[in-house]
Amino acid sequence: MSSFLSSSIGKKLIMSLSGIFLVVFVLVHLILNSFLLFDSTGELFNAGAHFMSLPVIRFGLQPVLFGGFIIHIIYAITLTLQNMKARPQKYAVQNLSNSSTWSSRNMFVLGGLVLVFLAMHLMHFFIKMQITGEVPTTMLNGEEVHNGAKLVKDLFTTGTLGLVYTCLYVLGAILLGLHLSHGFWSAFQSIGFSNNIWRKRLEKVSYFYAFFIAAGFTIIPLYLHFFAK
Amino acid sequence: MADKILKELTLKIWRQKDAQSKGKFESYQINNISGGTSFLEMLDILNEELISKGTEPVAFDHDCREGICGMCSMFIDGRAHGPDDDITTCQLHMRKFEDGATITIEPWRAGAFPVIKDLMVDRTAFEKILQAGGYISVNTGGVPDGNAIPISQDDAEEAMDAAACIGCGACVATCKNSSAMLFVSAKVSHLAKLPQGRVEATRRAKSMVAKMDELGFGNCTNTGACQVECPKGISIANIARLNREFLSATIKE
Repeated sequence: MSSFLSSSIGKKLIMSLSGIFLVVFVLVHLILNSFLLFDSTGELFNAGAHFMSLPVIRFGLQPVLFGGFIIHIIYAITLTLQNMKARPQKYAVQNLSNSSTWSSRNMFVLGGLVLVFLAMHLMHFFIKMQITGEVPTTMLNGEEVHNGAKLVKDLFTTGTLGLVYTCLYVLGAILLGLHLSHGFWSAFQSIGFSNNIWRKRLEKVSYFYAFFIAAGFTIIPLYLHFFAK
Repeated sequence: MADKILKELTLKIWRQKDAQSKGKFESYQINNISGGTSFLEMLDILNEELISKGTEPVAFDHDCREGICGMCSMFIDGRAHGPDDDITTCQLHMRKFEDGATITIEPWRAGAFPVIKDLMVDRTAFEKILQAGGYISVNTGGVPDGNAIPISQDDAEEAMDAAACIGCGACVATCKNSSAMLFVSAKVSHLAKLPQGRVEATRRAKSMVAKMDELGFGNCTNTGACQVECPKGISIANIARLNREFLSATIKE
């Protein structure tokens, strides 16, 4: 088993399984965020956020999620370092634009930028809501809960900084979309679930999914910034 | 129609004395090359001129000059085997270039393919991978009947498509990670699709992948550039099959 995990295909399998797990997480995250679009009072979103902070999720699922991120990042670094080492002398001229997509060649860079975005994103919401607790509260079904909806709206609507954050979140969504456009089908290829017919199908699903996620995460800050004063 | 004549070309060629030396680019002028000249013939003409001037000719690999041996490893203007699809360098013709152009010619770049001299690289690594399991063990004896083992047409075709690999190394040269996955997957696939190859399939997938990793090739990131530059059009569907073979081999063990 250890030889399997240290093999190139074994490491790629771990990349793809953790990737698929994160792909699912991103969808759940988007669904929860979309509550902000459907209920301007923010009650629906707060109920969702409250559910996500229940102990079973906080102490059961969250560590798994963090584990998924950490594994994905560590293996990305390991694989990328090995790949750089495999070509000690670079080409003077190399033209890959006809034979591969830009995102497929820049997965590590895209992933790194998404990670930078993630750090900022965690500071904005996760740390405030789940660690320091410096969040306005509201009443929900007779219970005092965090008013996450207000926290989100305030971030995107307060002053000039609101516009800056809106732009940064849109940029983050686009970077994530580009990362997913290759990562999604690539994960299935690494598992071995692909052939000439399925690769074309998976690529289409991949582009659709990436667009859906990027568009979803773009619309929410834009909507809040421009229409939810 | 008269063939196009390229009056003047500048060739920027990687020159390296031997494996230990540090190489560098040298520029050469070459005149009046017909568009019908193959790329290797153009290099032959250059070498004739270099020899007549008393300079060391450019060393490059070549053998069959008909696109089946895979020797003519050259990275031309940023692409393996130059600016055309589904060809080796010997099948590239000068009509693909414009008069007055500067053509950059480099050897395959990969840690696992060290430069021997100028444009020649050592591709022994591929042989080592094949020796690790890219074969079937057949005891000697009478010639078996051709149709004794029925094989479906689809399987036979897929096996043949994978077997078209000539081991030129364009996949490794093209891949941004210098990964040999397309080569290994073709060699595993053409046997995996046939009943004769199934007998040793588990051992084959494991040992060939282990050898590939040991030799310092990079990891596949599924960019798909290899299948575009492969002169034989080997598909990355084979890489998915190799992944399946390797994973099922691990589970079986």
